[in-house]
Amino acid sequence: MKDFIIPQFAPGDDRDMGTPARTGAPVTLTIDGFGVTVPEGTSVLRAAAQVGIMVPKLCASDNMEAFGSCRLCVVEIEGRRGTPASCTTPVAEGMVVHTQSGKIKKIRRGVMELYISDHPLDCLTCAANGDCELQDTAGQVGLRDVRYTPGQNHFDPTDTGARSQAEARLRMPVAEANPRYTPKDESNPYFTFDPSKCIVCSRCVRACEEVQGTFALTIEGRGFESKVSAGTATDDFLTSDCVSCGACIQACPTATLQEKSVIEMGTPERSILTTCAYCGVGCTFKAEMNGDELVRMVPYKHGKANRGHSCIKGRFAYGYAQHKDRILKPMIRDTIEEPWREVEWDEALAFAADRMLGLQRKYGRRSVGVITSSRCTNEETYLVQKMARAVFMNNNTDTCARVCHSPTGYGLGKTFGTSAGTQDFDSVEKSDVVMIIGANPTDGHPVFASRLKKRLREGARLIVVDPRRTDIVRSPHVEAAYHLPLRPGTNVAVVTAMAHVIVTEGLVNEAFIRERCDWDEFQYYVDFVSQDRHSPEAMEALTGVPAADLRAAARLYATGGNGAIYYGLGVTEHSQGSTTVMGIANLAMLTGNVGREGVGVNPLRGQNNVQGSCDMGSFPHELPGYRHVKLPDVREIFEKAWGVEIDPEPGLRIPNMLDAAVDGTFKGLYCQGEDILQSDPDTHHVAAGLKAMECVIVHDLFLNETANYAHVFLPGSSFLEKEGTFTNAERRINRVRRVIHPLNGYEDWEVTQLLANAMGANWHYTHASQIMDEIAATTPSFANVSFDLLEEKGSVQWPCNDDAPEGTPTMHVDHFVSGKGHFIVTEYLATDEKSGPRFPLLLTTGRILSQYNVGAQTRRTANVVWHPEDVLEIHPHDAELRGVNEGDWVRLASRAGETTLRATLTDKVAPGVVYTTFHHPATQANVVTTDFSDWATNCPEYKVTAVQVSPSNGPSDWQESYNEQAERSRRILPAAE
Amino acid sequence: MTLSSPAPTEGEIRAIVAPLTSLEGPLLPMLHALQDEYGFVPEPAVPVLAEVLNLGRAEVHGVISFYHDFRKSPAGKHILKICRAEACQSMGGNALAEATLAKLGIGWHDTTRNGAVTVEPVYCLGMCACAPAAMLDDRVVARLDEARMDKLLNEAGA
Repeated sequence: MKDFIIPQFAPGDDRDMGTPARTGAPVTLTIDGFGVTVPEGTSVLRAAAQVGIMVPKLCASDNMEAFGSCRLCVVEIEGRRGTPASCTTPVAEGMVVHTQSGKIKKIRRGVMELYISDHPLDCLTCAANGDCELQDTAGQVGLRDVRYTPGQNHFDPTDTGARSQAEARLRMPVAEANPRYTPKDESNPYFTFDPSKCIVCSRCVRACEEVQGTFALTIEGRGFESKVSAGTATDDFLTSDCVSCGACIQACPTATLQEKSVIEMGTPERSILTTCAYCGVGCTFKAEMNGDELVRMVPYKHGKANRGHSCIKGRFAYGYAQHKDRILKPMIRDTIEEPWREVEWDEALAFAADRMLGLQRKYGRRSVGVITSSRCTNEETYLVQKMARAVFMNNNTDTCARVCHSPTGYGLGKTFGTSAGTQDFDSVEKSDVVMIIGANPTDGHPVFASRLKKRLREGARLIVVDPRRTDIVRSPHVEAAYHLPLRPGTNVAVVTAMAHVIVTEGLVNEAFIRERCDWDEFQYYVDFVSQDRHSPEAMEALTGVPAADLRAAARLYATGGNGAIYYGLGVTEHSQGSTTVMGIANLAMLTGNVGREGVGVNPLRGQNNVQGSCDMGSFPHELPGYRHVKLPDVREIFEKAWGVEIDPEPGLRIPNMLDAAVDGTFKGLYCQGEDILQSDPDTHHVAAGLKAMECVIVHDLFLNETANYAHVFLPGSSFLEKEGTFTNAERRINRVRRVIHPLNGYEDWEVTQLLANAMGANWHYTHASQIMDEIAATTPSFANVSFDLLEEKGSVQWPCNDDAPEGTPTMHVDHFVSGKGHFIVTEYLATDEKSGPRFPLLLTTGRILSQYNVGAQTRRTANVVWHPEDVLEIHPHDAELRGVNEGDWVRLASRAGETTLRATLTDKVAPGVVYTTFHHPATQANVVTTDFSDWATNCPEYKVTAVQVSPSNGPSDWQESYNEQAERSRRILPAAE
Repeated sequence: MTLSSPAPTEGEIRAIVAPLTSLEGPLLPMLHALQDEYGFVPEPAVPVLAEVLNLGRAEVHGVISFYHDFRKSPAGKHILKICRAEACQSMGGNALAEATLAKLGIGWHDTTRNGAVTVEPVYCLGMCACAPAAMLDDRVVARLDEARMDKLLNEAGA
């Protein structure tokens, strides 16, 4: 999937170089008279491309290994016999290559003629017209005639000797007389598979294997009967293992695999680079356009996070932006019992400003606050927190990162000195041992998972710490060396036991620790962690992890070469989330796995801009750049820039805001791009808090669940409609570019500015870049960042300042940014959420590939084909005890609440553990979750809830009354004419 | 070779392939073992083999479909493979094959109505010097003519 371009081509040049880049010693050769020097191991085909000579080819592509099957790239090499394929021939010193000669031309035309003899001549009406490598190559080799008389073929359904499918239809409109003809497979909602146009180059099969790593495709049969098959003979694309990543469609040189959007709209005429707005991988995409119409999203080859790969969400699930549910006009209402009233912007803004100012006059300066969104851009987030600090004059700002990665900020801040992952995604290519803790990358971060799987197929070893047997534990050609299926809530015990093994078996990297870490703290930590009570044997009863496996896994991590840890919300969303993050950092420091490529500690961020929203000062105690609001010198920077006095008191976190609302002291909220009602834990409590507020302003694309309790609705703009930046999990600041005009008239930051100005702020930004300039001017780690720099570099990883003008791919290279690394003792304390006779099972929650978080976007796309509802995974043993069968409705009850959903029986979860997703508001999985949270950061404990499961007939009382309220709340009166 | 009447269960398939997992490149030996047991490779074996060997279902399907010898359905009691390669063709192999099929009233890959014989084409049995040749089950027979073929068919009960 990755193509190291050496040397760097001009920005935007994403030509296919034919075969992957190599990194060997330089070799010089001559091609068609041009001298070229390339790394040893490079193919002649690629070396030719390097000097601008594009040798015709069909089966080669630079994101997969050479295959040598199409025989079009043949060349002549002086002193060598025959006409070798240039894709499979490596360069040699002094080699003299001729890519054109009478003999070669004849061979190429002959081969091409054979290809075209079994390909329909429907070019003008074909969906790939203008974007077809077969057509281009036929032109390149100068094919002028196909002399074969019609015979056995795969394209003519009628078998009447027609040369095109159009002609065949005229000859015999209905018949399907050709047993070799296979009709189009349209089962996938996003693309079609038309075997009649296939040239069996195997690029799709190889892309599925080498790039995506799913192995869903194969070549069935042999010889003339060979054809591409998804799954087995009885499968179609939808029932096969295909995950719709789109790699095969990109690889296809014909219209055989084709996006339905292109079939419908035509070939795009231009493209704009932008960044995906789904997960924290932050893939760069080309938004391919026809006029102002988005035709398709194609992963960009030089995108540094994704290296030309994508997943179903970024590639296909963007249709929500045009969904009929989008609200495009502002709406207001006096009380949440009333229907919404559509109004003009001025009226909505004045209404919102009056209310908020009135609340502050009546209840005090600190009675209102904001929630920023990890879905919005850095610039938008920055403005929202600035609104709290410079307009509301308090620090009541929090972000949805509170409920996901706030423990990462705290834990890595305390140990490494900075709140961010240490690596870039390329780093995984140098890892020898990868440990995944509480993350499900094949579903949550699919593009990273593909890059990881590739490395694992090359021989890296894998350790998975997860209560569920996630797909990465075992999937075709990838198998974890150790899967430690711990009991939910015992992360700290497992991580500490691993450290115990490393310390007591003498596997620590003492030189690293002496040089890099605080030695006294290390001594103290060693005393703590060496105690027998932390041994895997002592912990086994508690964690459920066999001691021998845990010991072996710890040894592997400590001694297996470059060890990298990737973790997710299975680590953070616990009452001891911050402790586990510190425990993970301890492991990395103990083994010296910090500060170079291939190692490190890497939080897999759930949302596109979790990193950025945290960086931008969304937290109530921190100004941008993680600097405490109590520090006068930090405040002074912003006081100067903003011309206001900043409240030195930290503000309220989201749960505190809700508590205060129930208590009657918090009255107004501006919530941008987050659905706290569905995504935050203990829905009853969230609903009560929202209901108690007198002004809730929701700024979103859709009337989400939170909007049911709102008084003002400000329509938002999707990522396709705005300028700005997202910062992904590797600290990479990627540009988001406006590809269509905002459907509501304004980019989100403009709306925030309008609202602030309605409250008297007097802001004058005219472009998102000006906001970034202000961020750079006030925040040292962003000092050199500007839209101009991003234009030039594509992206940069912070810190990006005078010390690191090009950004920082790997952190802590020579020393920890804070000076010394800090070992912190990680005492395991069981969560207060315990299973018992009434609630004997432990519920843990997560997400799946096709859906995203609360589903506001993905539920409004064809992705629902794969996941129409949330289901409860339960072990067959637990199901049998309760009389639950596959597909039954079950009641899922906890101390906090209950809901109903369907059950599925699987041994992916251990007995005693159940699992569900939270993508659908109809399920309201968070009615069940509790308000227990991380001791340090209040990150909710989503991953452990004691529950009981019992058979049920249908929706719970809460679901019914909630649906009724939601329906009533969503009524809209049209604007008065 | 037994013809199992109900479809083989996952457990049965696992039991057959399990002893072979330690081989290097175990997929082909497993497919042979299944074909030896059932006379064909049953469809339910595909996901089982994929799971056991940690392959994609598609890959297993690709391998099975690549080899014509792996059958998707049961064959007749005996399998007659008639050589259709160049040497046999030059010695009248085509005519012999056509005559045989006509006599049996079936096409290539078909089984006689009484279930006795399935006729398959094969491309070279290594008997070019004494063409035309055929193979009945595991026995290679050379210097065939119609009479000798009739004898073979009689023997097989066709």
